[in-house]
Amino acid sequence: MTPEELRSRAAQVRSREAAYAESFRVCTAESCLSLGSRALLHAIEGELESRELAERCRVKPVGCLGLCAQGPLVAAELRRGHGAEERSHLLRTVRAEHAAALVDGLDGSFDPGLELPVDLPFFEKQLRIATENCGRIDPHELDDAIGAGAYEALLQALYEKTPADVLAEVERSGLRGRGGAGYPTGLKWRTVAKNTATPRYVVCNADEGDPGAFMDRGVLESDPHRVLEGMAIAAYAVGASAGYIYIRAEYTLAEQRLRRAISQAEGAGLLGKAIGATPFEFNVELRLGAGAYVCGEETALLTSIEGNRGQPRPRPPYPAEEGLFGKPTLINNVETFANVPPIVRRGGDWFASIGTGKSKGTKVFALAGKITNTGLVEVPMGTPLREIVFGLGGGIPDGAAFKAVQTGGPSGGCIPAAYLDSPVDYETLASLGSIMGSGGMVVMDEHTCMVDVAKFFLAFCRDESCGKCVPCRVGTVELHGLLERFSRGEAGVHDLSLLEELCDLVKSASLCGLGQSAPNPILSTLRHFGDEYRAHLEGRCPAGVCTMRREGSS
Amino acid sequence: MTQRPPDAPAPPSDDARWKRIVATLRRLGHRPQSLIEGMHAVQNEFGYLEPAALRYLAELLVVPLAKVHGVATFYHHFTMRPPTRHTCVVCLGTVCHIKRGPAILAEIEKRYGVGAGATTADGSLSVVEARCIGACSLAPLVVLDGETIGPTTPEEVRERLDSCIAKTEGEPPRDA
Ligand SMILES: Cc1cc2nc3c(=O)[nH]c(=O)nc-3n(C[C@H](O)[C@H](O)[C@H](O)COP(=O)(O)O)c2cc1C
Ligand code: FES
Repeated sequence: MTPEELRSRAAQVRSREAAYAESFRVCTAESCLSLGSRALLHAIEGELESRELAERCRVKPVGCLGLCAQGPLVAAELRRGHGAEERSHLLRTVRAEHAAALVDGLDGSFDPGLELPVDLPFFEKQLRIATENCGRIDPHELDDAIGAGAYEALLQALYEKTPADVLAEVERSGLRGRGGAGYPTGLKWRTVAKNTATPRYVVCNADEGDPGAFMDRGVLESDPHRVLEGMAIAAYAVGASAGYIYIRAEYTLAEQRLRRAISQAEGAGLLGKAIGATPFEFNVELRLGAGAYVCGEETALLTSIEGNRGQPRPRPPYPAEEGLFGKPTLINNVETFANVPPIVRRGGDWFASIGTGKSKGTKVFALAGKITNTGLVEVPMGTPLREIVFGLGGGIPDGAAFKAVQTGGPSGGCIPAAYLDSPVDYETLASLGSIMGSGGMVVMDEHTCMVDVAKFFLAFCRDESCGKCVPCRVGTVELHGLLERFSRGEAGVHDLSLLEELCDLVKSASLCGLGQSAPNPILSTLRHFGDEYRAHLEGRCPAGVCTMRREGSS
Repeated sequence: MTQRPPDAPAPPSDDARWKRIVATLRRLGHRPQSLIEGMHAVQNEFGYLEPAALRYLAELLVVPLAKVHGVATFYHHFTMRPPTRHTCVVCLGTVCHIKRGPAILAEIEKRYGVGAGATTADGSLSVVEARCIGACSLAPLVVLDGETIGPTTPEEVRERLDSCIAKTEGEPPRDA
């Protein structure tokens, strides 16, 4: 497909859409699906059929609408193309039996019990770039994606820019890796591009193993073409012609949608051979993870694609130098790739104008835990934590008090109330003893015990340690054992210093990021919630979570 | 490398499911790096990796059997036990953990006498622990025979388990 063909196809799709006066978009991402949105979709279709309204009202399955806590969600767009003002409505907890009421509401008066206020901060405060099409397009249909601008940036790059131009644009954007470490994306691309060895590979890390994280899942289930386009642009920039997406086996829906998207894009000449009727070729294959957290680590991931046990290896050499099958390999996270097409389309300077000094653009967060509005949000970097938790997130339910927000998964830490006004960017979170991580934010209230949380993460790291290096394999067992003593009320003062020493050892001596960051949940809770550890020394669990073997003081 | 050698081993049985697996492996090319994909193909069809299947993959892809075992045991997703009639995955990821997911596991243990990673004596139910399946807005949740149920409670899970076990067995589950 040439750029002209793409443009005219996009125009066709858009005029087809505009022919409808009204539309319902029904969320069919995992969470809403399991709350019954498939039946709802069919019920609305049936209702429109029977009232002979199918010609003027479109029903379309879409990806994540964001506010997962209130699913199944439906977005309604009214009076389109009639010259009248277009109005959007968002409807929540809609069941199949509400279908008739929904269709009744097409005159603009939905059941107030179903309708969410339009100016909800959850939506108002967002700035959506990576997720701009999530919840707008049908993730099953290439045409729908094209109507929303998919593959425009890829063809623009192929026709109007050299690989070096694309690289420069990404560098100018200041984009940093969204998978955890925040490594400058442009720099990584340049390292691969500079390497003279061939072939080169582009790999997408869709392993999303951090518990409490579901951003990548949301993007993949809602807009798979966006990720493919980002990968293809990257391949053009670094000179690769083959790529892999390593996706965790649990994400069946995302996997199916990706497979379908790949074959659609290949069929349309937007992936595979002769992309956009140019000599550029890029083939993407999926590889399924198999339930090993450490495979999210880049060297372990590549080893796993090669068909081996997913054990990491020391870096350097970095994958950019020696990666998959020993060849230069660019590996980026799903969200990183999802940011690339808008950067190419709108320019690096535009992207760099959003965010803070060293953290550019936006970040997608998965809000969950003891928070009212669980779901996915995308906000500019530098948005204060308070705004995310209490503004967009709607605060803590059931009148409970906020205690901490956990970011960065097992490699991260817990941030207490005192720092709620901190801006969320890579540097600030690191200075607070946590990390940006991949974007999971688990909110905890007064009923959560921080020693128990640290113990939870250490159990996680203990079980997920691949066993290759001793500090991690043995250290995580020991650390977990020590925390067990705290939560049983058996720990003494010397255990506190032992805990700190051991954390230091595991942090500095482990081979890969898993071990190096495994002590973080302990270190951050010790730093911000030292009182709770000391209470446990006295046989008390202030949150009432740990069952103490002995009561009273030591 | 991508051609199956003329003396390529025959699949362990003439079960129709092997035909699909063989086709998948042919598409991937008979290369050592296709091992994990091959295991996925086998487990998708049979629900587990039986010893004969592992031997077959080893021969076909020319990978030492010890390595095949090493890979199969490294990844939590692969199992070498035949599936039970019912599987209940209990999520104990961060969010499910702080939202009392462990109480669900405790309830199942109380009712059926099995903890995470175990199977009931009559082989009808196995209980698996997961550490976040990425559906945290539904926490705490379980995945019962592939269906995600959440937010749920220990009581609801017990009732669902009781009824689905009773349905397939025609007799009430044994008392804990
Ligand atoms: C134990 C461990 C687990 C990781 N898991 C993931 C993951 O699930 N997804 C991801 O994108 N990156 C993960 N990473 C980070 C990757 O190693 C790598 O930095 C990332 O894929 C690079 O992409 P980016 O620069 O676009 O962020 C993990 C790192 C470690 C140490
Ligand atoms: S913690 Fe249970 S689904 Fe994420």
